[in-house]
Amino acid sequence: MSILSMRDIHAGYGGANILNGVSIDIEAHEIGVIIGPNGAGKSTTLKALFGLLTVSEGSVTFDGEDITNNNPETLVRRGLSFVPQEFNVFPTLSVRENLEMGAYVRRDDFRPLIEKIFEYFPPLRDKHRQPAGELSGGQRQMVAIGRALMMEPKLLLLDEPTAGLSPRYMGEILERVIAINEGGVGILMVEQNARQALAIAHKGFVLAGGRNSFTGTGQALLDNPEVAESFLGGGAH
Amino acid sequence: MRAIDLRTVTLLGGLAVIVALIFAWLGNAYGVRMLVEASCLAIVALGLNVQWGYAGLFNAGVMGFIAIAAFTGMLVSFPVNPVFWESEAPVMLLRTGTYLIIGVAVTYLVSRADRIGVPKKLRTALTVVVAAVTYLTVQNALAPAAEIIEKGSSFVGGFGLPVGLGWVLGGLVAGLLAWFIGRITLGLRSDYLAIATLGIAEIVKSFLKNADWLTRGTLTVSPLPWPVPTPNEIGFVAARSAYLALTAVLIVAIYILLQRGWASPWGRMMRAIRDNETAAEAVGKDVNRRRLEMFVLGNIIVGVGGAALVTFGGIFDPSGFNPINHTFLVLIMVVLGGSGNNLGTIFGALLVYVIWTMSEPAALILFRYGASWFQQIFDIAPPSDLPTRALQMRVFVIGLTIILVLRFAPRGLLPEKVMKYE
Amino acid sequence: MEDVGLLAAMPINEIVFFINKVVIAGLIIGSVYALAAVGMTLVSGILRFANFAHGDIMTLGAFVAFVLTMLMPGLGALVGLPTAFVVMPLAMVVTAAVTIFLDKRFYAPLRTVGYKPITLVIASFGVMLMLQGVIRLFFGTAPRQMYVTAKDIYRIPFGGRHIIVTEPQLLLIVFTIVSVVALHLFLTRSRTGKAMRAMSDNADLARISGISTGHVVRTTWIIAGSLAAAAGTLLAMDVSLKPDLSFNLLLPIVAAMIVGGVGQPYGAISGGLLVGFTETLSVFNWAILLRPLKPHLPEWLEIPANLAFVPTEYKLVVPFFILVAVLIWRPHGIFKGRVL
Repeated sequence: MSILSMRDIHAGYGGANILNGVSIDIEAHEIGVIIGPNGAGKSTTLKALFGLLTVSEGSVTFDGEDITNNNPETLVRRGLSFVPQEFNVFPTLSVRENLEMGAYVRRDDFRPLIEKIFEYFPPLRDKHRQPAGELSGGQRQMVAIGRALMMEPKLLLLDEPTAGLSPRYMGEILERVIAINEGGVGILMVEQNARQALAIAHKGFVLAGGRNSFTGTGQALLDNPEVAESFLGGGAH
Repeated sequence: MRAIDLRTVTLLGGLAVIVALIFAWLGNAYGVRMLVEASCLAIVALGLNVQWGYAGLFNAGVMGFIAIAAFTGMLVSFPVNPVFWESEAPVMLLRTGTYLIIGVAVTYLVSRADRIGVPKKLRTALTVVVAAVTYLTVQNALAPAAEIIEKGSSFVGGFGLPVGLGWVLGGLVAGLLAWFIGRITLGLRSDYLAIATLGIAEIVKSFLKNADWLTRGTLTVSPLPWPVPTPNEIGFVAARSAYLALTAVLIVAIYILLQRGWASPWGRMMRAIRDNETAAEAVGKDVNRRRLEMFVLGNIIVGVGGAALVTFGGIFDPSGFNPINHTFLVLIMVVLGGSGNNLGTIFGALLVYVIWTMSEPAALILFRYGASWFQQIFDIAPPSDLPTRALQMRVFVIGLTIILVLRFAPRGLLPEKVMKYE
Repeated sequence: MEDVGLLAAMPINEIVFFINKVVIAGLIIGSVYALAAVGMTLVSGILRFANFAHGDIMTLGAFVAFVLTMLMPGLGALVGLPTAFVVMPLAMVVTAAVTIFLDKRFYAPLRTVGYKPITLVIASFGVMLMLQGVIRLFFGTAPRQMYVTAKDIYRIPFGGRHIIVTEPQLLLIVFTIVSVVALHLFLTRSRTGKAMRAMSDNADLARISGISTGHVVRTTWIIAGSLAAAAGTLLAMDVSLKPDLSFNLLLPIVAAMIVGGVGQPYGAISGGLLVGFTETLSVFNWAILLRPLKPHLPEWLEIPANLAFVPTEYKLVVPFFILVAVLIWRPHGIFKGRVL
């Protein structure tokens, strides 16, 4: 059974809809990747899913329950975490405090979990007392993902985790994403670096104009000449 | 242009009926006085509407701009005081002024000394020192002059020039003050403008109140000359009516100018800036400069209205300026009438002022009634300062009205018409 | 021998005078500003608007304490402290409840989508007027005394003279230190305190992280309201309870907040002390300190009788100039806060 299924979602800001029927299905423990041109509604899909804008039509089911238009606090408790693309750390809080904020709704002892996150992202261990705003872009991204993992989510939503990073960090972050996924967390992420992202994806969704345009396994999409032509920047590698 | 709609006609008609009733009840002299005051405040409100309604700038110090303009008007038009001019004080003031000019010039030059290679920190330190020395020198030069003036001739007196000139200059001085404030705060969020205007208003007031040599301070200056014949010459009703005619002409003139400006490309740009600052900035409009223009223009109008208001009262009393009557009442006039709509603002000014004037006896009656009722039940005598306390209730009501209007009728009773851009 | 000589050469009278008039006075008024500015800066950082009613919330808190003092005047004698100070915690609770009520009724509806941020600022002026109206309706405009008995005065001997501190001043200083330490621990150790800092940093991310923003907002108002009540009460105990201080309090508090950087509690504390000391230094007559130099100065250089920078009646100019200077040169404040 799929952990997340969005059925024919319509959503937008104010009057105009940006999403005109997006459907996404992810099995538990899968990596799903959403790609598409600018303005296709990729980030909007994640925001609609996470209750940051109102879904006007369609339904979202997560872990067997309807979560359409639930507020972020409820979703976090249900096991869904979201890492926005920008402004995704608390700059004046220390790295450790950032992680603690991710566990705000937890009442149990989450110190072992912080240890686990330091294992995923070793550079953070030495800097755990430093304000997150002083870190480099890649390390900030690690803090952001670490924060989202503090609830031990079933599904992690990542909005362009590699945007603006150097190639070295880009590889490192994607590697970590795989490791997190192997640790049992489902991933749904939006990516600009479509090739690299599809290469690690179990499932890929190509959006265009606020609608699904192609859906398939990551490899199938990479091999599809039409997708390659229109969305991966030219012919095969 | 557009046809005047039913809503406007009904509201204006209703207001006219109320005003007519007040005339019938309290007499012509009272009624005309109320209308004159309301019309002066309407001018002030038009100025505030330029700032708040058109430019989205919140001026929390209207009182200060009214006060400085009223003072300037008084200084220009009040009869010359020969005692002052015959004393040695003018020379001393001249000397003080010279010190001030030299000091400011030197401070300015020192503050730019980094251009000839002086280290920045040293420059800053030098600037502060020079400014402090200037300040203390001027202060100590002024003190004896002020003393002589206060002992001999009570205050400097005026220049005996026409009242109209005083109003115009008053407006310009208020505009100049606005320019200084605007330069500093308009690049920042409106909260800063609010606190800065609030602060300058209180400072202007305390300056006017304490600089006895210049303003007679709490001793007040009266009678202020009128631009029209005074009640002593032609009687209350006639004199006040003449005054009303003058302010009415002013309102119409300002209204027409603003409407024209608003329909011009300049006005279109202003609306664009107010409604979508980011977009306006993106297409290369210098948003802060345009805002500064609006802020200064608004305060010039505020100044003219304020000078007219105080002149009508006949007495310049710095302690008489207070934020309730001169800032927040005007704010309510604008937001209740319909911010961004000049006709709405004028309507709001009349309506609010009528209610405000009538609320004084109403509050007193209500409180006296309540107090006697209270006394009968609990057998506690009402406090002796009941009348002043009753009036405080009006402050409460003003505050509540501001919030309620913002929440439930943010566009006011006569909302701004959305202009078509075709 | 040398020691005595040095002591004799020191203008001890002038130094003690300076300590009494500037150091103590600056510390007192600076602490009041600091207590009030901390609350205001927290609210501004989290709710993104300057609450102009803060000065009147101070006054309201002081009046609550005043009423409680009048209701049970003998309470203080039981513990050996002024009654007003003993009932102050209760006044803080009441004031905090009032601020939460004000937020719920008047501010929260305007925080929803569709209102400009400036609307909240204007609404805070509305709340300010309402508070002023209510306070003056019930208490009139005359100043009142918070003390039921005489104030204790402590004289600390210093080089043959006395440094004078009154009981309310001592209580104020102690209270300020205690609350600053408590606030620091709260903000850095407790879950809610950290969430407050997080929300002040990035409100959207706080929501996404599952932080209950309603809870954080309530806590912020509780801290702001109770500290304002304490500041108002302690100020009223030191001087007298004046119902119409409003802008005279608001301006220095806002200046303190902006100097310290909006949203920075430590900045607000330093800002409060800075504004307080600048005020007292500006109205201080420096000629008094220069007087001992007189025999050593050449004949032609006369010390003017008045060398105060600002006459007392223009005291309000001081915070205003600090405000303007900061806005021109360092709009982020001296502690890297944010611009609203």
